[in-house]
Amino acid sequence: MKLVGEKGVQRILMITALSAISSLLLIALFIFSEGLPFIFKYGAGNFLLANEWDPNTGHFGIFPMIMSSVWVTLGAMVVGAPLGIAGAIFLSEYASPIIMKIVKPTIELLAAIPSVVYGFIGVMVLAPVIRNNLGGPGLSLLAGCIILGIMILPTVISISIDSILAVPRSYREGSLALGATTWQTTHMVTIKAARSGIVASIILGLGRAIGETMAVIMVAGNSVNIPNSALDSVRTLTANIALEMSYATGMHREALFATGVILFIIIMILNSIASVAIRNRNAKK
Amino acid sequence: MFKRVFILGMLLLAGIYMTGCGRGKTSITLAGSTAFQPFAEKLAEQFMTKNPNVNVTVQGGGSAVGIQSASSGAAQIGMADLVTLPEEAKGLTSTVVAKDGIAIVVSPKNKVNNLTTDQVRDIFNGKIVNWKEVGGDDVPITVVSREAGSGTRSSFEQILTNITLKKDALIQDSNGTIRETVANDANSVGYLSHGLINEKIKAIKIDDVECTSEMIIA
Repeated sequence: MKLVGEKGVQRILMITALSAISSLLLIALFIFSEGLPFIFKYGAGNFLLANEWDPNTGHFGIFPMIMSSVWVTLGAMVVGAPLGIAGAIFLSEYASPIIMKIVKPTIELLAAIPSVVYGFIGVMVLAPVIRNNLGGPGLSLLAGCIILGIMILPTVISISIDSILAVPRSYREGSLALGATTWQTTHMVTIKAARSGIVASIILGLGRAIGETMAVIMVAGNSVNIPNSALDSVRTLTANIALEMSYATGMHREALFATGVILFIIIMILNSIASVAIRNRNAKK
Repeated sequence: MFKRVFILGMLLLAGIYMTGCGRGKTSITLAGSTAFQPFAEKLAEQFMTKNPNVNVTVQGGGSAVGIQSASSGAAQIGMADLVTLPEEAKGLTSTVVAKDGIAIVVSPKNKVNNLTTDQVRDIFNGKIVNWKEVGGDDVPITVVSREAGSGTRSSFEQILTNITLKKDALIQDSNGTIRETVANDANSVGYLSHGLINEKIKAIKIDDVECTSEMIIA
Protein backbone atom coordinates (compact mmCIF):
# COMPACT_ATOMS: atom_id res chain seq x y z
CA MET A 1 0.00 0.00 0.00
CA LYS A 2 1.36 3.34 -0.97
CA LEU A 3 0.56 6.14 1.48
CA VAL A 4 2.16 8.99 -0.39
CA GLY A 5 3.38 9.05 -3.94
CA GLU A 6 6.62 10.49 -5.35
CA LYS A 7 5.02 13.94 -5.57
CA GLY A 8 3.79 13.69 -1.99
CA VAL A 9 7.26 12.87 -0.66
CA GLN A 10 8.69 15.79 -2.57
CA ARG A 11 6.13 18.15 -1.08
CA ILE A 12 6.64 16.93 2.48
CA LEU A 13 10.40 17.33 2.16
CA MET A 14 9.99 20.79 0.70
CA ILE A 15 7.74 21.91 3.56
CA THR A 16 10.25 20.56 6.07
CA ALA A 17 13.09 22.38 4.36
CA LEU A 18 11.13 25.62 4.18
CA SER A 19 10.24 25.45 7.86
CA ALA A 20 13.93 25.76 8.72
CA ILE A 21 14.29 28.84 6.55
CA SER A 22 11.05 30.37 7.76
CA SER A 23 12.08 30.00 11.38
CA LEU A 24 15.26 31.92 10.56
CA LEU A 25 13.16 34.60 8.90
CA LEU A 26 10.80 34.74 11.88
CA ILE A 27 13.71 35.09 14.30
CA ALA A 28 15.22 37.88 12.21
CA LEU A 29 11.87 39.63 11.88
CA PHE A 30 11.16 39.39 15.59
CA ILE A 31 14.57 40.62 16.74
CA PHE A 32 14.59 43.50 14.27
CA SER A 33 11.04 44.61 14.99
CA GLU A 34 11.72 44.61 18.74
CA GLY A 35 15.20 46.08 18.60
CA LEU A 36 15.34 48.53 15.69
CA PRO A 37 12.77 51.05 17.06
CA PHE A 38 14.94 51.37 20.15
CA ILE A 39 18.07 52.04 18.10
CA PHE A 40 16.29 54.82 16.18
CA LYS A 41 14.75 56.28 19.34
CA TYR A 42 17.95 56.22 21.38
CA GLY A 43 20.29 57.03 18.51
CA ALA A 44 22.63 54.51 16.91
CA GLY A 45 25.69 56.58 17.88
CA ASN A 46 24.66 56.79 21.53
CA PHE A 47 23.83 53.12 21.63
CA LEU A 48 26.94 51.81 19.90
CA LEU A 49 29.61 54.22 21.09
CA ALA A 50 28.68 55.31 24.63
CA ASN A 51 30.55 53.73 27.51
CA GLU A 52 27.88 53.73 30.15
CA TRP A 53 25.43 50.84 30.63
CA ASP A 54 23.14 51.51 33.57
CA PRO A 55 19.54 50.54 32.79
CA ASN A 56 18.26 51.95 36.09
CA THR A 57 19.26 55.48 35.12
CA GLY A 58 18.47 55.06 31.43
CA HIS A 59 22.00 54.73 30.07
CA PHE A 60 22.31 52.14 27.33
CA GLY A 61 25.80 52.31 25.83
CA ILE A 62 27.04 48.95 24.59
CA PHE A 63 30.52 50.00 23.46
CA PRO A 64 32.25 48.19 26.36
CA MET A 65 30.34 45.02 25.46
CA ILE A 66 31.24 45.30 21.77
CA MET A 67 34.92 45.73 22.69
CA SER A 68 34.71 42.82 25.14
CA SER A 69 33.14 40.58 22.51
CA VAL A 70 35.86 41.57 20.05
CA TRP A 71 38.67 40.91 22.55
CA VAL A 72 37.23 37.61 23.78
CA THR A 73 36.78 36.42 20.20
CA LEU A 74 40.24 37.52 19.05
CA GLY A 75 41.77 35.93 22.14
CA ALA A 76 39.91 32.70 21.46
CA MET A 77 41.35 32.79 17.93
CA VAL A 78 44.89 33.27 19.26
CA VAL A 79 44.40 30.19 21.46
CA GLY A 80 42.29 28.06 19.15
CA ALA A 81 43.41 28.76 15.57
CA PRO A 82 47.11 27.72 15.81
CA LEU A 83 46.21 24.63 17.84
CA GLY A 84 43.41 23.73 15.47
CA ILE A 85 45.35 24.24 12.24
CA ALA A 86 48.44 22.46 13.58
CA GLY A 87 46.22 19.58 14.69
CA ALA A 88 44.56 19.43 11.28
CA ILE A 89 47.93 19.41 9.46
CA PHE A 90 49.27 16.69 11.72
CA LEU A 91 46.21 14.51 11.34
CA SER A 92 45.89 14.88 7.58
CA GLU A 93 49.56 14.88 6.50
CA TYR A 94 51.60 13.08 9.17
CA ALA A 95 49.39 10.80 11.25
CA SER A 96 48.76 7.21 10.22
CA PRO A 97 45.19 6.40 9.19
CA ILE A 98 44.66 4.49 12.44
CA ILE A 99 45.53 7.53 14.57
CA MET A 100 43.31 9.66 12.35
CA LYS A 101 40.45 7.22 12.91
CA ILE A 102 40.84 7.48 16.68
CA VAL A 103 41.70 11.14 17.10
CA LYS A 104 39.27 12.83 14.71
CA PRO A 105 36.08 11.44 16.29
CA THR A 106 37.51 12.26 19.72
CA ILE A 107 37.97 15.88 18.69
CA GLU A 108 34.50 15.98 17.25
CA LEU A 109 33.25 14.73 20.61
CA LEU A 110 34.51 18.02 22.06
CA ALA A 111 31.75 19.74 20.10
CA ALA A 112 29.15 17.58 21.81
CA ILE A 113 30.12 18.67 25.33
CA PRO A 114 27.55 21.19 26.58
CA SER A 115 28.94 24.69 27.03
CA VAL A 116 27.85 24.78 30.66
CA VAL A 117 30.35 21.98 31.32
CA TYR A 118 33.15 24.04 29.77
CA GLY A 119 32.04 26.95 31.93
CA PHE A 120 32.04 24.79 35.03
CA ILE A 121 35.56 23.57 34.37
CA GLY A 122 36.59 27.18 33.73
CA VAL A 123 35.17 28.33 37.06
CA MET A 124 36.47 25.41 39.09
CA VAL A 125 39.90 24.83 37.53
CA LEU A 126 41.00 27.67 35.27
CA ALA A 127 39.86 30.71 37.28
CA PRO A 128 41.65 29.69 40.51
CA VAL A 129 44.84 28.95 38.51
CA ILE A 130 44.74 32.43 36.93
CA ARG A 131 43.88 34.12 40.24
CA ASN A 132 46.66 32.40 42.19
CA ASN A 133 49.39 32.74 39.56
CA LEU A 134 48.64 35.95 37.70
CA GLY A 135 46.42 37.91 40.08
CA GLY A 136 43.11 39.64 39.45
CA PRO A 137 39.73 38.08 40.16
CA GLY A 138 40.40 34.99 38.02
CA LEU A 139 37.06 35.28 36.26
CA SER A 140 38.51 37.27 33.40
CA LEU A 141 39.03 37.96 29.72
CA LEU A 142 41.93 35.48 29.73
CA ALA A 143 39.77 32.69 31.18
CA GLY A 144 37.12 33.41 28.56
CA CYS A 145 39.67 33.31 25.73
CA ILE A 146 41.15 29.98 26.82
CA ILE A 147 37.78 28.27 27.32
CA LEU A 148 36.43 29.58 24.00
CA GLY A 149 39.70 28.69 22.27
CA ILE A 150 39.16 25.07 23.29
CA MET A 151 35.48 25.19 22.36
CA ILE A 152 36.20 26.27 18.76
CA LEU A 153 38.82 23.53 18.20
CA PRO A 154 36.38 20.96 16.75
CA THR A 155 35.06 23.50 14.22
CA VAL A 156 38.53 24.62 13.13
CA ILE A 157 40.01 21.13 13.01
CA SER A 158 37.27 19.30 11.17
CA ILE A 159 36.75 21.92 8.45
CA SER A 160 40.54 22.38 8.02
CA ILE A 161 41.05 18.62 7.69
CA ASP A 162 38.30 18.40 5.08
CA SER A 163 39.81 21.19 3.03
CA ILE A 164 43.37 19.82 3.31
CA LEU A 165 42.19 16.35 2.27
CA ALA A 166 40.36 17.93 -0.67
CA VAL A 167 43.69 19.05 -2.17
CA PRO A 168 44.33 16.69 -5.11
CA ARG A 169 46.92 13.98 -4.46
CA SER A 170 48.73 14.98 -7.66
CA TYR A 171 49.80 18.33 -6.09
CA ARG A 172 51.61 16.52 -3.30
CA GLU A 173 53.12 13.93 -5.64
CA GLY A 174 54.38 16.67 -7.95
CA SER A 175 56.04 18.49 -5.10
CA LEU A 176 57.59 15.34 -3.62
CA ALA A 177 58.87 14.35 -7.06
CA LEU A 178 60.71 17.68 -7.26
CA GLY A 179 62.63 16.66 -4.13
CA ALA A 180 60.69 18.62 -1.51
CA THR A 181 60.37 17.15 2.00
CA THR A 182 56.95 16.40 3.52
CA TRP A 183 57.03 19.65 5.53
CA GLN A 184 58.06 21.71 2.50
CA THR A 185 55.25 20.12 0.51
CA THR A 186 52.79 20.75 3.32
CA HIS A 187 53.49 24.42 3.92
CA MET A 188 54.36 25.43 0.37
CA VAL A 189 51.83 23.42 -1.61
CA THR A 190 49.08 21.73 0.39
CA ILE A 191 48.33 24.55 2.84
CA LYS A 192 48.38 27.12 0.04
CA ALA A 193 45.91 25.09 -1.98
CA ALA A 194 43.66 24.55 1.04
CA ARG A 195 43.97 28.17 2.23
CA SER A 196 40.42 29.32 1.61
CA GLY A 197 38.99 26.31 3.45
CA ILE A 198 41.26 26.99 6.42
CA VAL A 199 40.21 30.64 6.42
CA ALA A 200 36.57 29.52 6.37
CA SER A 201 37.19 27.22 9.34
CA ILE A 202 38.64 30.12 11.32
CA ILE A 203 35.73 32.38 10.45
CA LEU A 204 33.18 29.75 11.46
CA GLY A 205 35.16 29.38 14.69
CA LEU A 206 34.90 33.15 15.13
CA GLY A 207 31.15 32.93 14.71
CA ARG A 208 30.94 30.24 17.33
CA ALA A 209 33.14 32.16 19.76
CA ILE A 210 31.23 35.42 19.42
CA GLY A 211 27.89 33.67 19.85
CA GLU A 212 28.83 31.54 22.84
CA THR A 213 26.94 32.58 25.96
CA MET A 214 26.78 30.20 28.88
CA ALA A 215 30.48 29.42 29.20
CA VAL A 216 31.37 33.10 28.88
CA ILE A 217 28.88 34.18 31.54
CA MET A 218 30.39 31.65 33.89
CA VAL A 219 34.08 32.46 33.37
CA ALA A 220 34.35 36.10 32.29
CA GLY A 221 33.03 37.85 35.42
CA ASN A 222 30.50 40.02 33.52
CA SER A 223 31.47 43.52 34.60
CA VAL A 224 30.59 46.20 32.04
CA ASN A 225 34.09 47.36 31.39
CA ILE A 226 36.47 47.97 28.50
CA PRO A 227 39.30 45.64 29.51
CA ASN A 228 42.71 47.20 30.21
CA SER A 229 44.41 43.85 30.63
CA ALA A 230 43.69 40.19 30.02
CA LEU A 231 43.06 39.78 33.74
CA ASP A 232 40.11 42.19 33.80
CA SER A 233 36.57 40.97 33.98
CA VAL A 234 34.47 41.54 30.84
CA ARG A 235 30.88 41.19 29.65
CA THR A 236 30.16 40.16 26.07
CA LEU A 237 27.09 41.10 24.01
CA THR A 238 25.59 37.63 24.43
CA ALA A 239 26.20 37.60 28.17
CA ASN A 240 24.51 40.99 28.49
CA ILE A 241 21.31 39.68 26.90
CA ALA A 242 21.23 36.45 28.87
CA LEU A 243 22.03 38.05 32.23
CA GLU A 244 19.45 40.79 32.18
CA MET A 245 16.61 39.42 30.05
CA SER A 246 14.70 37.80 32.88
CA TYR A 247 14.38 41.08 34.77
CA ALA A 248 14.20 43.62 32.01
CA THR A 249 11.08 45.63 31.25
CA GLY A 250 10.30 48.63 29.02
CA MET A 251 13.29 50.46 27.55
CA HIS A 252 15.71 48.04 29.17
CA ARG A 253 14.08 45.10 27.39
CA GLU A 254 14.13 46.92 24.05
CA ALA A 255 17.81 47.74 24.60
CA LEU A 256 18.55 44.03 25.04
CA PHE A 257 16.74 43.24 21.79
CA ALA A 258 18.78 45.99 20.13
CA THR A 259 21.91 44.27 21.48
CA GLY A 260 20.58 41.15 19.76
CA VAL A 261 20.25 43.08 16.50
CA ILE A 262 23.91 44.10 16.64
CA LEU A 263 24.96 40.54 17.42
CA PHE A 264 22.79 39.19 14.60
CA ILE A 265 24.39 41.59 12.10
CA ILE A 266 27.93 40.70 13.24
CA ILE A 267 27.26 36.96 12.93
CA MET A 268 25.57 37.39 9.53
CA ILE A 269 28.64 39.23 8.23
CA LEU A 270 31.01 36.57 9.56
CA ASN A 271 28.97 33.71 8.11
CA SER A 272 28.73 35.41 4.71
CA ILE A 273 32.51 35.83 4.62
CA ALA A 274 32.90 32.15 5.52
CA SER A 275 30.52 30.96 2.83
CA VAL A 276 32.27 33.09 0.21
CA ALA A 277 35.59 31.55 1.31
CA ILE A 278 34.15 28.03 1.07
CA ARG A 279 32.70 28.77 -2.36
CA ASN A 280 36.13 29.94 -3.52
CA ARG A 281 37.61 26.66 -2.41
CA ASN A 282 35.02 24.69 -4.33
CA ALA A 283 35.48 26.85 -7.42
CA LYS A 284 39.20 26.11 -7.52
CA LYS A 285 38.78 22.35 -7.62
CA MET B 1 22.87 42.75 58.04
CA PHE B 2 20.20 44.54 56.11
CA LYS B 3 16.50 43.89 56.13
CA ARG B 4 14.04 43.68 53.33
CA VAL B 5 10.57 42.25 52.96
CA PHE B 6 8.79 39.96 50.58
CA ILE B 7 5.67 41.49 49.23
CA LEU B 8 2.92 39.71 47.41
CA GLY B 9 1.08 41.98 45.04
CA MET B 10 -2.38 40.49 44.94
CA LEU B 11 -5.31 40.62 42.68
CA LEU B 12 -7.87 39.15 45.02
CA LEU B 13 -10.71 36.74 44.31
CA ALA B 14 -11.84 38.64 41.24
CA GLY B 15 -8.69 37.48 39.50
CA ILE B 16 -9.22 33.82 40.25
CA TYR B 17 -10.89 32.26 37.28
CA MET B 18 -12.14 28.89 36.15
CA THR B 19 -10.04 27.17 33.55
CA GLY B 20 -11.79 25.66 30.58
CA CYS B 21 -10.16 22.26 30.66
CA GLY B 22 -9.77 21.98 34.43
CA ARG B 23 -13.09 20.19 34.95
CA GLY B 24 -14.29 22.73 37.49
CA LYS B 25 -10.88 23.00 39.16
CA THR B 26 -9.94 26.50 40.24
CA SER B 27 -6.50 27.60 39.15
CA ILE B 28 -4.23 30.15 40.78
CA THR B 29 -0.94 31.30 39.25
CA LEU B 30 1.86 32.91 41.21
CA ALA B 31 4.76 34.56 39.41
CA GLY B 32 7.77 36.65 40.33
CA SER B 33 10.69 36.74 42.76
CA THR B 34 13.04 33.80 42.42
CA ALA B 35 14.18 34.38 46.00
CA PHE B 36 10.68 33.66 47.29
CA GLN B 37 9.86 30.96 44.73
CA PRO B 38 11.03 27.92 46.78
CA PHE B 39 8.89 29.03 49.74
CA ALA B 40 5.92 29.73 47.51
CA GLU B 41 6.22 26.23 46.04
CA LYS B 42 6.15 24.69 49.52
CA LEU B 43 3.14 26.81 50.47
CA ALA B 44 1.38 25.88 47.23
CA GLU B 45 1.85 22.15 47.96
CA GLN B 46 0.37 22.56 51.43
CA PHE B 47 -2.51 24.58 50.06
CA MET B 48 -3.27 22.02 47.36
CA THR B 49 -3.37 19.08 49.77
CA LYS B 50 -5.90 20.97 51.88
CA ASN B 51 -7.89 22.23 48.89
CA PRO B 52 -7.79 19.43 46.32
CA ASN B 53 -10.00 21.27 43.84
CA VAL B 54 -7.60 24.21 43.53
CA ASN B 55 -4.58 24.03 41.28
CA VAL B 56 -1.71 26.38 42.20
CA THR B 57 1.09 27.07 39.74
CA VAL B 58 4.27 28.85 40.86
CA GLN B 59 6.47 30.55 38.30
CA GLY B 60 9.72 32.49 38.69
CA GLY B 61 10.87 35.31 36.45
CA GLY B 62 12.02 37.93 38.95
CA SER B 63 10.36 40.67 40.95
CA ALA B 64 9.73 42.90 37.94
CA VAL B 65 7.97 40.06 36.14
CA GLY B 66 5.91 39.41 39.28
CA ILE B 67 4.56 42.94 39.39
CA GLN B 68 4.07 43.04 35.65
CA SER B 69 2.12 39.81 35.47
CA ALA B 70 -0.08 40.69 38.46
CA SER B 71 -0.90 44.02 36.76
CA SER B 72 -1.63 42.44 33.41
CA GLY B 73 -3.59 39.57 34.91
CA ALA B 74 -1.24 36.88 33.59
CA ALA B 75 -0.84 35.80 37.21
CA GLN B 76 -3.32 36.24 40.03
CA ILE B 77 -0.58 36.76 42.58
CA GLY B 78 2.69 38.51 41.87
CA MET B 79 5.68 38.00 44.14
CA ALA B 80 8.29 40.70 44.71
CA ASP B 81 11.20 41.00 47.09
CA LEU B 82 11.76 44.70 47.41
CA VAL B 83 12.09 47.30 50.13
CA THR B 84 9.53 49.57 48.51
CA LEU B 85 7.25 48.75 45.61
CA PRO B 86 7.78 50.64 42.34
CA GLU B 87 5.25 52.94 40.61
CA GLU B 88 3.81 50.17 38.45
CA ALA B 89 2.50 48.31 41.50
CA LYS B 90 0.23 51.16 42.65
CA GLY B 91 -2.99 49.56 41.42
CA LEU B 92 -2.31 46.29 43.24
CA THR B 93 -3.16 45.21 46.77
CA SER B 94 0.03 44.29 48.59
CA THR B 95 0.57 42.04 51.58
CA VAL B 96 3.85 41.49 53.40
CA VAL B 97 4.34 37.75 53.84
CA ALA B 98 7.96 37.40 54.91
CA LYS B 99 11.04 39.30 55.92
CA ASP B 100 14.51 38.50 54.73
CA GLY B 101 17.96 39.80 55.50
CA ILE B 102 20.68 40.56 52.98
CA ALA B 103 23.99 39.40 54.34
CA ILE B 104 27.42 40.71 53.33
CA VAL B 105 29.50 37.60 52.76
CA VAL B 106 33.20 36.87 52.40
CA SER B 107 35.34 33.76 52.23
CA PRO B 108 35.88 32.04 55.62
CA LYS B 109 39.63 32.61 55.03
CA ASN B 110 39.08 36.37 55.28
CA LYS B 111 40.16 37.89 58.62
CA VAL B 112 37.60 40.72 58.50
CA ASN B 113 34.57 40.05 60.72
CA ASN B 114 32.91 43.42 61.01
CA LEU B 115 32.33 46.39 58.68
CA THR B 116 30.44 49.63 59.08
CA THR B 117 27.68 50.62 56.67
CA ASP B 118 29.96 53.36 55.31
CA GLN B 119 32.76 50.87 54.69
CA VAL B 120 30.40 48.54 52.82
CA ARG B 121 29.22 51.46 50.69
CA ASP B 122 32.80 52.53 49.93
CA ILE B 123 33.81 48.98 49.01
CA PHE B 124 30.94 48.64 46.53
CA ASN B 125 31.50 52.21 45.27
CA GLY B 126 35.14 51.41 44.66
CA LYS B 127 36.62 53.87 47.17
CA ILE B 128 38.06 51.11 49.34
CA VAL B 129 39.99 48.71 47.13
CA ASN B 130 42.24 46.83 49.55
CA TRP B 131 41.29 44.66 52.52
CA LYS B 132 44.03 46.28 54.65
CA GLU B 133 41.99 49.52 54.68
CA VAL B 134 39.30 47.73 56.69
CA GLY B 135 41.57 45.62 58.89
CA GLY B 136 42.30 42.65 56.65
CA ASP B 137 45.31 41.38 54.72
CA ASP B 138 47.11 43.47 52.10
CA VAL B 139 45.19 42.07 49.12
CA PRO B 140 42.87 43.74 46.61
CA ILE B 141 39.12 43.42 47.14
CA THR B 142 37.10 41.63 44.47
CA VAL B 143 33.55 42.96 44.55
CA VAL B 144 30.80 40.57 43.43
CA SER B 145 27.32 41.90 42.71
CA ARG B 146 24.02 40.87 41.15
CA GLU B 147 22.91 42.05 37.69
CA ALA B 148 20.89 45.22 37.09
CA GLY B 149 17.20 44.57 37.74
CA SER B 150 17.72 41.92 40.40
CA GLY B 151 15.44 42.36 43.44
CA THR B 152 18.28 41.57 45.82
CA ARG B 153 20.48 44.18 44.15
CA SER B 154 17.87 46.93 44.15
CA SER B 155 17.05 46.22 47.83
CA PHE B 156 20.74 46.29 48.64
CA GLU B 157 21.23 49.61 46.86
CA GLN B 158 18.10 51.14 48.42
CA ILE B 159 19.20 50.19 51.92
CA LEU B 160 22.78 51.39 51.52
CA THR B 161 21.76 54.55 49.58
CA ASN B 162 24.11 56.59 47.37
CA ILE B 163 25.67 53.60 45.75
CA THR B 164 27.15 53.51 42.28
CA LEU B 165 28.54 50.05 41.81
CA LYS B 166 32.16 50.18 40.72
CA LYS B 167 32.81 49.41 37.08
CA ASP B 168 34.98 46.36 37.47
CA ALA B 169 32.76 44.53 39.95
CA LEU B 170 32.06 40.94 38.94
CA ILE B 171 28.42 40.30 38.09
CA GLN B 172 26.74 36.98 38.84
CA ASP B 173 23.14 36.20 37.97
CA SER B 174 21.87 34.33 41.02
CA ASN B 175 22.29 33.99 44.76
CA GLY B 176 23.81 30.56 44.18
CA THR B 177 26.55 31.74 41.81
CA ILE B 178 27.36 34.65 44.15
CA ARG B 179 27.88 32.07 46.89
CA GLU B 180 30.14 29.91 44.70
CA THR B 181 32.21 32.87 43.52
CA VAL B 182 32.72 34.19 47.05
CA ALA B 183 33.50 30.71 48.39
CA ASN B 184 36.15 30.18 45.71
CA ASP B 185 37.88 33.55 45.93
CA ALA B 186 39.44 34.43 49.28
CA ASN B 187 39.63 38.15 48.35
CA SER B 188 36.03 38.62 47.30
CA VAL B 189 33.00 40.16 48.94
CA GLY B 190 29.37 39.80 47.89
CA TYR B 191 25.82 39.98 49.23
CA LEU B 192 23.00 37.47 49.22
CA SER B 193 19.79 36.40 50.87
CA HIS B 194 20.32 35.43 54.52
CA GLY B 195 18.65 32.05 53.99
CA LEU B 196 21.36 30.92 51.55
CA ILE B 197 24.37 31.25 53.82
CA ASN B 198 26.22 27.97 54.34
CA GLU B 199 29.52 26.78 55.79
CA LYS B 200 31.49 27.65 52.62
CA ILE B 201 31.04 31.39 53.15
CA LYS B 202 31.10 33.74 56.12
CA ALA B 203 28.52 36.44 56.82
CA ILE B 204 30.11 39.46 58.44
CA LYS B 205 28.65 41.77 61.06
CA ILE B 206 27.49 45.19 59.92
CA ASP B 207 27.87 47.92 62.55
CA ASP B 208 28.38 45.05 65.03
CA VAL B 209 25.02 43.51 64.15
CA GLU B 210 25.15 39.82 63.35
CA CYS B 211 23.02 38.34 60.58
CA THR B 212 20.61 35.99 62.37
CA SER B 213 16.92 35.23 61.98
CA GLU B 214 16.23 36.91 65.35
CA MET B 215 17.77 40.16 64.19
CA ILE B 216 15.78 40.17 60.95
CA ILE B 217 12.50 39.76 62.80
CA ALA B 218 13.42 42.44 65.37
